[in-house]
This record gives sequence, C-alpha cells and structure tokens, in this order.
Amino acid sequence: MNYKSLSIFLDKKGCKGCTNCIKRCPTEAIRVRNGKAKIFTSRCIECCECIRICPHFAPIPQADKRENIKQFKYTVVLPDPAVFGQFRAKYTPRQILVAIAALGFDNVYEVGRAADAVGVALQEFIKENKSGGPWISSACPAVVRLIQVRFPTLTEQILPILSPIEVAARQAKDEISQRLGISREEIGCFYLAPCPSQVTAVKSPYHLEHSHIDGALSFSSLYSEIRDLLPKIKNQDEPVKATVYGLNWCRTGGQTMAVRSEYYLAVDGIHNLYKLFEEIELGKFSNNINFIECQCCQGGCVGGPFTVENPFVARVLLRLRQTQFRPKLDAGEVQEIQDRYQQGYYRAEKKIKPFPAMSLSKNMAKAIDVVEQAEKILSQLPGLDCGSCGCPTCRILAEDIACGIATEMDCFSKLREHVQFLAEQMLDLALKVPPVTPVQYQIMHTQREVLKFAKRVPPALGKKSQKKKERLVE
Amino acid sequence: MNKKKIEKTADTKHKIALDFTIEGNNFSSAGEASIRLKHALQHIGYPALLIRRIAVAAYEAEMNIIIHAQRGVLKAEITPETVTIWAEDEGPGIPDVDLAMQEGYSTAPDYIREMGFGAGMGLPNIKRCADKFEIQTHVEKRGNIEKGTKVKIVIYNK
Repeated sequence: MNYKSLSIFLDKKGCKGCTNCIKRCPTEAIRVRNGKAKIFTSRCIECCECIRICPHFAPIPQADKRENIKQFKYTVVLPDPAVFGQFRAKYTPRQILVAIAALGFDNVYEVGRAADAVGVALQEFIKENKSGGPWISSACPAVVRLIQVRFPTLTEQILPILSPIEVAARQAKDEISQRLGISREEIGCFYLAPCPSQVTAVKSPYHLEHSHIDGALSFSSLYSEIRDLLPKIKNQDEPVKATVYGLNWCRTGGQTMAVRSEYYLAVDGIHNLYKLFEEIELGKFSNNINFIECQCCQGGCVGGPFTVENPFVARVLLRLRQTQFRPKLDAGEVQEIQDRYQQGYYRAEKKIKPFPAMSLSKNMAKAIDVVEQAEKILSQLPGLDCGSCGCPTCRILAEDIACGIATEMDCFSKLREHVQFLAEQMLDLALKVPPVTPVQYQIMHTQREVLKFAKRVPPALGKKSQKKKERLVE
Repeated sequence: MNKKKIEKTADTKHKIALDFTIEGNNFSSAGEASIRLKHALQHIGYPALLIRRIAVAAYEAEMNIIIHAQRGVLKAEITPETVTIWAEDEGPGIPDVDLAMQEGYSTAPDYIREMGFGAGMGLPNIKRCADKFEIQTHVEKRGNIEKGTKVKIVIYNK
C-alpha cells in the first residue's frame, strides 16, 4: 500500500520463525521465509495482532522520536482519552493532563473535546444521509486499511468525517494561534497514541492531504515518567472540558453513545470486523443498520499495544471516572459545532481510495489460470493448515505455488510422501540383489529398517497416508 | 457447502468453473459459497463494484436454496468477460413466478423471518444485480424434468 512507511518493524534477532503470527494475521500479510517472518507491506493493515500473539516479542511497534518536539517553537500534546484508563481514579483528570504536559510540552489539548465535536458532527451527517449506509466509523486507521485492502467496495461507506485526533490538532492550532498570536507552522501538535496504526495515520492520513498533527508518540514509552510525576502535581481540581461522551470514545460502545444512533452495531476485534464486513459485502444489513462503530482492538483503544493497563481494568477505571467529567455539552456548544459542521470544518478533504491487494496477476486472463491452478493444487494438499510451509493456510500455499513464489515441496506432508515414495523405490532396488550373492539376512534387515520409518505417520495426518502405509507393507 | 470441483473445459482458454453443493436448512454455513466465489473474483482482479453485485446475487440465490430446498448446487463460471451463475435445487418449485418476482412477496416460514431472512427481496434483488436473468421452475415432476427451481444469472464485465 502507499504508506510512507509501516510503524511495525520485525526484530530479526527475536524472531524464531515460529508460525504464530502468520496464522493470526487477518489479511494473510505474513509468511515465514528462511526461518524469519516477513511482512508484506501491501497487505499489512497494522492491526497489531502479530504483536499481541508473538511469544518472542519480535514485531516491534514504533512511534516518532520524542526529540522531534524540539523543532517547534510552541508544542501541544494531545493525549488520547485512553490515558484516563491507565491511572488510578484517585488522580484527577486535570492532574493527569498537567503531568503529561510537564513532560516538556507548552500546552495540552484534550482529544476528548474533539471527540465530543465529532460525535455531534456524526449525528448531523447520519441525519442528513439516512438512505446511505450502513455508515462505518473512520476513527480507527486499522479498520480503514482493512477495508481498503480487503473490502474495496465498502470504502464508499466509510464516514467522510475527520477522526477526533485530526480535529483535536486542528482545533488546538486554531485556538492557540488566535490566543497567543503564534503562526500555525510554529505550533507542533503531538499525539499521545495508544497504537502504532495511529502513528502511520499521522504520516499518511487517509482523509487529508496533510495531517494537522506533527508527530505521534507512544504512550507506553512515556508511561513511567508520567506515573512518577503524578504524585508531585497537587491542587489540580479544575474540571476538564471534555464530556463523558468524549471520554468513552476510546472504549467499545463509546462512539455509538456519542452518535446516539437508533440502529447501530458496536464491533471490536479485527477478526470480528472481518466477518462482519464479509457479510455486509453480501448485502446483509443494508436496510436496518445506519451506523457501525468499528474498533480494531478488543475493548477499543484501551486495548491498544501502546497502552499499559489491562484493557478490562482500564474500562473499569473509565467507568469510575464518569463523575469526573461533564455529563454533556451545553446547548451553545452544540450549536457552535453544528455551525462548524455546516461550514465543512469536520469534513474529509479527500475520498478514501481502495487499495485491493488481492489480485494474483495484473492480467485477468492470466489470473484466471492462476486461480484455477491454485484450486487444483489445493485439492492435492493435506488441508491441515499447519503452517510448516510458512504460509498461514493450505489455500494460501496453493496460491503462492500457482504464483511461483513457493514450491510443492514446501509442504511437509508432500515432502514426506515424496520421501516415502523414494524409500519404496529404494527398497525395490535393495531387494534386487543378484541371486548369486547370498545376502538374505542383509535384505531382511534393510527391509525392516526402511519399513520402520516409512510406516510412521504423523498423528495429524489422516487416512490418505494410512493407505500409503498399507501399500508399503504389502 | 462442502465440496468443490474444478473442471476445465477445452473450448475457451481462460475459464474457471466453481461448483458448490448447498445443504438446505444449514444456516451455519450460509454465505460460504458466495464468499468463496467473491474471493476467487478478487484474486482474478474483477472490478470491486462488479464483485459486489455478483456476490449479492450469488448470496441471495444461495439463501433461496438454504431456505426453500433440501439440497442444491451453486455453479459459477468465470471468464474475463462474463460471470455466469447457476443455482439449481430440488426444492418445491415456485407456483407463481410473477408473484415471486414482486418485492416483499415471501413464502418463507415464520422461523426463517425471525432469523432476519425471507423478506421477499431475494429474486427481485438477484434480478436487479444481474445483466441477464433466467428462471425455470417446476412444482411437480413431468417426464424427465425433475421438480425444483433453476436460476441462471449472467453478469458482464464491461
């Protein structure tokens, strides 16, 4: 895909070549080659499933460097609402914000405030466009990429409203440049991200030509510093400006609460989303659902790889904090947001383009032949989906063989069959000793030795191999 | 949906035939055949919007077999120019085709409707998605012709 770069890197030393990640990847973007995992960037959507499953911590999520903040005259940090689920409820939200700003930023702007505004903007949009849909939320970049790569027809249904993070940076720059008279270029907005897909979204935004954000830092890298600062920051009882709706944006169900849609779905987990999109493409839900909240991570952004607290604990902490936030926006604020919506303040600048990475050949006629060959090869493979060939499933191996990037002998079962066949031939030859040399004993011995190994069938293999065994015994 | 056969016919060079058996009343695997067909089309590189139309038509046909018939087959033939889908079942047949083609007309039993299917949009939806649509149906066995419904859908890649 045309990202500037991915934000997940593979630590070659850490990777043991086990096949956990290839089986977990929803877009089949990983293969094991030469004992190391290899990520195909055209298919990777940065859902971070590989990071979660890898027992050796080989895929490493990366964010921007903290030093980058020095390039700007005035810096603003944009903490994701998910940060409020990372610290005990005894610390007030204001205290957390001040501690984050104390890391070396001039100011702090709550992303929750922008989420409040986006919630109202989404309400307006869905009201205006009831017939279209179901509308898919665009806040999670991994979901947007999943659609671009795997479900190109659904790109039309992604809401053309900016994500709260972009809106936060835009609002922060507007407010600060107006208040302090600093030009927008001199203000650096840095997002405190819960996941690496947001880091990529800042570098290659999908709704805008250029992001309003100047960099994304990982929350986990700054966590311990914030935690140490928190007890030192006292007397911060001033309430925060975001509402409960803005706070809840970072957990599953929060967006639907903010959108207040009558007919909605709130889905989390990339594999659940995959199944759902598959069904939408077949034409289900076209009439009755008008909004689908999509969160790539289980539990929402509080389950992102850059968060520290257990996502279930984080959800409880968010619930405990409900009273520390305003219950709703004032009528005046809502009016202001609606006016801005009418001016197109929250509108996406460009359409989301599909990047289908599924076709096996650029030439359609050739692709048909490849697909047909793949189907033929697949019928010959054992169907164990064991992953020993470095491909996630037998089907993918068949496709890779048909495309010429793998061979049939990559399949351990096929290899075994081949070895068995050779062993049979060897045995045949071994038995053909000229009768003048009386080596009966030796022949018997060879026969026994060869049979001993040839007869062994891995327990996972079924009847097909059993028959082979019988043939050999005969 | 369980088995899938590949036959290569000699007359055209670039052609792939997919064949799915569909079991009536098996809602757990509903949509499986259509999804497989959709993936094949994605691999071949058909335009996305066309795939959507084909997938919707195939899915509706597949659901019709699952809802109304004991068993049936969904066959597809893909060439660079056209996709042809045959949905053939050994179901009860349709007594009045014109009525069945009307939007909202449904003979699906209540328990099917409770599952969210049987809204009476199946055949009209297929017709809307298809460039060419043919339906043959027999409510009883006549001579050599078995009872059941045969639907042919053609969609052109233009």
